[in-house]
This record gives sequence, C-alpha cells and structure tokens, in this order.
Amino acid sequence: MDFIRYLDPTVQFMLFSAVKIVLVFAVAMTGVAYAVLVERKVSAWIQDRVGPNRAAPFFVHYLPVVGPFLTKLGIFQPMADGLKFILKEDFTPSYVRKIYFWIAPAISCVPALMTLAVIPFGSTLGNANNPMVIADLNVGILYTFGIVSLGVYGIVLAGYASNSKYPFLGGIRSSAQMISYEIAMGMSVVSVFLVVGDLNLSKVVAYQSGGIHEWLIFKQPLAFFIFLVSAFAETNRLPFDLPESETELVGGYHTEYSSMKFALFFLGEYAAMIGASAMMVTLFLGGWTPIWGGAPASSLLVGLSHIVWFLAKLGFFMVLFIWVRWMLPRFRYDQLMNLGWRRFIPLALVNIIITAGLIALTHK
Amino acid sequence: MSTKVVDRTPLTFYERSYLPAILSGLKVTARHFLRSAKGHNTATDLSQGYYPEVPWTVAEGYRGAPYLVRDQEGHTKCVSCQLCEFICPPKAIKITPPGPEGIPSDRANAEKMPREFEINMLRCIFCGMCQEVCPEEAIFLQKDYSLTGTSREEMIYNKEKLLSLGGTHAGIQKWKHKLESAQHQEVFPVKTH
Ligand code: SF4
Ligand code: SF4
Repeated sequence: MDFIRYLDPTVQFMLFSAVKIVLVFAVAMTGVAYAVLVERKVSAWIQDRVGPNRAAPFFVHYLPVVGPFLTKLGIFQPMADGLKFILKEDFTPSYVRKIYFWIAPAISCVPALMTLAVIPFGSTLGNANNPMVIADLNVGILYTFGIVSLGVYGIVLAGYASNSKYPFLGGIRSSAQMISYEIAMGMSVVSVFLVVGDLNLSKVVAYQSGGIHEWLIFKQPLAFFIFLVSAFAETNRLPFDLPESETELVGGYHTEYSSMKFALFFLGEYAAMIGASAMMVTLFLGGWTPIWGGAPASSLLVGLSHIVWFLAKLGFFMVLFIWVRWMLPRFRYDQLMNLGWRRFIPLALVNIIITAGLIALTHK
Repeated sequence: MSTKVVDRTPLTFYERSYLPAILSGLKVTARHFLRSAKGHNTATDLSQGYYPEVPWTVAEGYRGAPYLVRDQEGHTKCVSCQLCEFICPPKAIKITPPGPEGIPSDRANAEKMPREFEINMLRCIFCGMCQEVCPEEAIFLQKDYSLTGTSREEMIYNKEKLLSLGGTHAGIQKWKHKLESAQHQEVFPVKTH
C-alpha cells in the first residue's frame, strides 16, 4: 500500500472517498435487504406466524447443522427476493404519465442514500487524516434536511404520474404529512445545535464522546422524542404511513408500480430508515463512540470496533422502527396534523427557548 | 325513548398523550415476539410441526370437503332429491337423477338414488349448506382440507369417489324404520325392492 503515500493529496482524497462510497453503499444495500428480512421475521413472530423459513440455495443442503438453522431464520430469503424483483415483468400501465412515472422511483430512492454521505460512521481506520465519513460537511445537518425533503417529491410525483385515484390520494397525503412534521423536526435539532455549538456532525459526535452521560439523548430528551416521532413520519413508517396505507389505499403511491421500479421505492423506504436511524445515532446516541466514551481510534482494530458500535446503535433503531410498525395503528390525517402543528411545534419552540435560556445563564 | 346516552369520561392528559397505549402495545407485542422466538406458535402447538411435512391435526367439527356417506348397511343414503344442488352457493354440485326408468335405490323403501353425483372441488367453498339442507343425512363436510389434482377434470369428484372417501355414517336410517313400522302395521303397498 506504499504507493498511496506518494500520490498527490487530491488523488489520495478521491481514492479514499471512492472506496468509502462503495463500502457505505454496499453496506447500506445489504442492510436494506436484511432489514426487510428482519421486518418479515419480527412481524411474523409478533403475529404468531412463522415467517420466511424455506428459501435455501442448493449448497445449504450439504451443511450439517448450520444450514438448516440459517434456512429456518430465513437468511437466504433476501437473495430470493432480489432475484424475484429482477426477473419480474416490468409493467407500465398505459394511462400513466410516462416520464414522471419513470423518474419518481429514482427521486424517492436517491435522496435516502445521499443522506448517508454526511454521517460519521466510525472514527478513523489507521490513518488519522482519513475520517470515516464520506463528506465531512460543516453544514452537515442542513444538507441532510435539504436532501431528505426531496424524497417526498418522489412520492408526490409517483402519485401524480400514476394517474389513478389511490396513488393520487397517497401523494396528497404525503405532502400534507411532510408539512406537518418537517418543521417540528427541524426545530427539534436547533436545541441540539445550541448545546453543541456546531452544525458539523463529526463535531456533534466529538461533543458526545465522553461516554454515555454525555449523550444528547439525556441532555435533550424532548428534542430526541420529537425527532424520533418525526423520523417515523419522514420515513413513512407506521403509525404515520399515510401515503402508503395498504388497507385503505392499496399501497398508496406505489399501487401502479411493479418489479424493479417498485423495488426502488421499497429500497428508498428502507434506506430512509437507515438514514434516519444513522441521524439519530449521530445526534443523540453519541455516534460511533462506545458507551464508556472514546477518542478517535489510533489503531486499525479500535477503528473497526467503533464502526461496530455505530452499526449496533443503528440496529437498535432499526429494530425499534420495525417493532413499532407492528404495534400501533395508523394515525388519521387530521390527527397527524394536530400532532405536528399543535403539539410538537410548540413543544420544540419551548425546548429551544429553555435551552437557549439555560445556556445564556450558565455561559459567561 | 329507548336511546340510552352513555356518559364517556373524558380522557385524562396522560391518556391523551398516547403513552399508555404505546406502552401496553409494546408489552403485548413483546410477549408474542418472545413466545414465537422460543419456537411456539399455533402450528407447533397443534401438530408439533409445520404444514407440508407435518399435516395439521384437524379439530373436531372442522368443515372440510363434502363427501357422500353410506349407512350402516353400506347403502347409498342419498335419494337424489337435489336439494343440495339447488342450495349450493357456487353451484359446485351436479346431480344426474335416475329418470323414470333409472336404477332403483340400493336400499329398501327409498325411491331413488342418483345416477351420478358430482362435486366440483374447485368450486366448492366448504360452506356446509349441502350438509345443512340434506333431508337424508347423506352428505357431510369431512376433515379433508387440502385437495390437489393435476387437471380440472381430476378435481370433479364423482359419486363413486365421493362415496369411497365419505365412508359410513352411523346416523338414523329413516327409510328402514318407515319400512319396519309399515310392515308392523301391515300397511301396504310399501316398496321393498
Ligand atoms: S359445501 Fe357448500 S359449496 Fe361445497 S358442495 Fe356443499 S353447498 Fe356446495
Ligand atoms: S345429498 Fe342429500 S340433499 Fe343432496 S341429493 Fe342426496 S339426499 Fe338430496
């Protein structure tokens, strides 16, 4: 690996970034596939069903104990699912608005993946000048909010392009939903940044690196709660999956989609879940820092352990997302608006004022 | 006025915060999750295994596929009255009556029995109407729930097949008793074959 050292710093930076992008993308995609599996298995267990326990490629047959066990857990199911999506007929109904119909899935999927770019998912790996974040932006959180909101356009556009009533209603609901939670979400993080004093997500993590008592979830519980609930709304997860509503809208905005285009929506939803979980881990649970705290890693092994810590915390939120889905009934349209406008926005404002007041009093 | 106005106590602040509902929801789902994670579910509780390998143990009173039954002496109970054919909601039953010169019933005193009796199992919805309506207790919903075949024709069960699958039903033998009492009272003519 010596030749890297002789390269020009810009080339080095590009090389490292490319590697990180590929890695994060691969991990996120695998994460999406297995989040779907976890979702299916958890939902099955909560509802006293069995869940996927059959799919197995031929070689599993030759593994004595491990093979049947993995098959029972459905470990091979995501591969079968992916294959199915690829092989299915991609059907475009004749009455849709073709161009919008085609770009909507991409618009809903790409932003969800792009938010991962600013998340510090680890400290360093060996080289101190090479932090484990794709883009160490100084306006990290603003970037995230800006990009994430774009995902809604994909849904609205899908609703409009499908030219049929259920997707249309789904699209309308999605836009109504967005204006109800987005403001509360934005306001809830203001108090976080009042405490930290920086918009850069790496600095937020550094602020919390002292250990579990430094985590912002304990310093800003109200902000965390509002952010958590808004994250459910943003990722269209139950109890706020109004745009999708299988029971009333037959799948809502993606009713008319099939095959890979549907898979993109699906992927977008789970990628958004991963993104939102990563945001919450970074903002409130101390990012990659272990619970006893820790400085950026000096050795490769510690660096890897930090990434594992990050993934573990991320997994916690993913399970929470999935668990809540099978627990709460869907909120009604007006209840969501009520919750967003009349409860969370005032609460977030009060939180900002109190936080600002306390900081003004204690700061000399 | 028969209307009764029920006073609803307004929800407390705590209840309106959704928190109690969320907490009890977490409790219920966690209980079910842990139970399933330990390997318990309806399939394992009832049959100690999963369906294709371990067929489900059917509960008493289960309404599966309808079959024709024979009486204790091995006679066809059906008298070809066609009530089941008329009531069957999806029109799964098709009966060919014997006609004026058709085969007589294989038991004493009953006038007829069907020349052919077909149930299309692809149409049958296991509703039990035929069993309910039959005046002869000749057709019963039995425990078969998984019927398969490789063609549509194969799924149309004829009289022979239905009778062999149905077995014997030790129910009342209406016509036998009628015959006995008629003979006892020496009231004739009663068809004895
Ligand atoms: S069970 Fe119902 S559907 Fe089936 S043959 Fe009898 S009446 Fe018809
Ligand atoms: S099965 Fe019963 S109802 Fe149907 S034709 Fe025979 S006797 Fe009548």
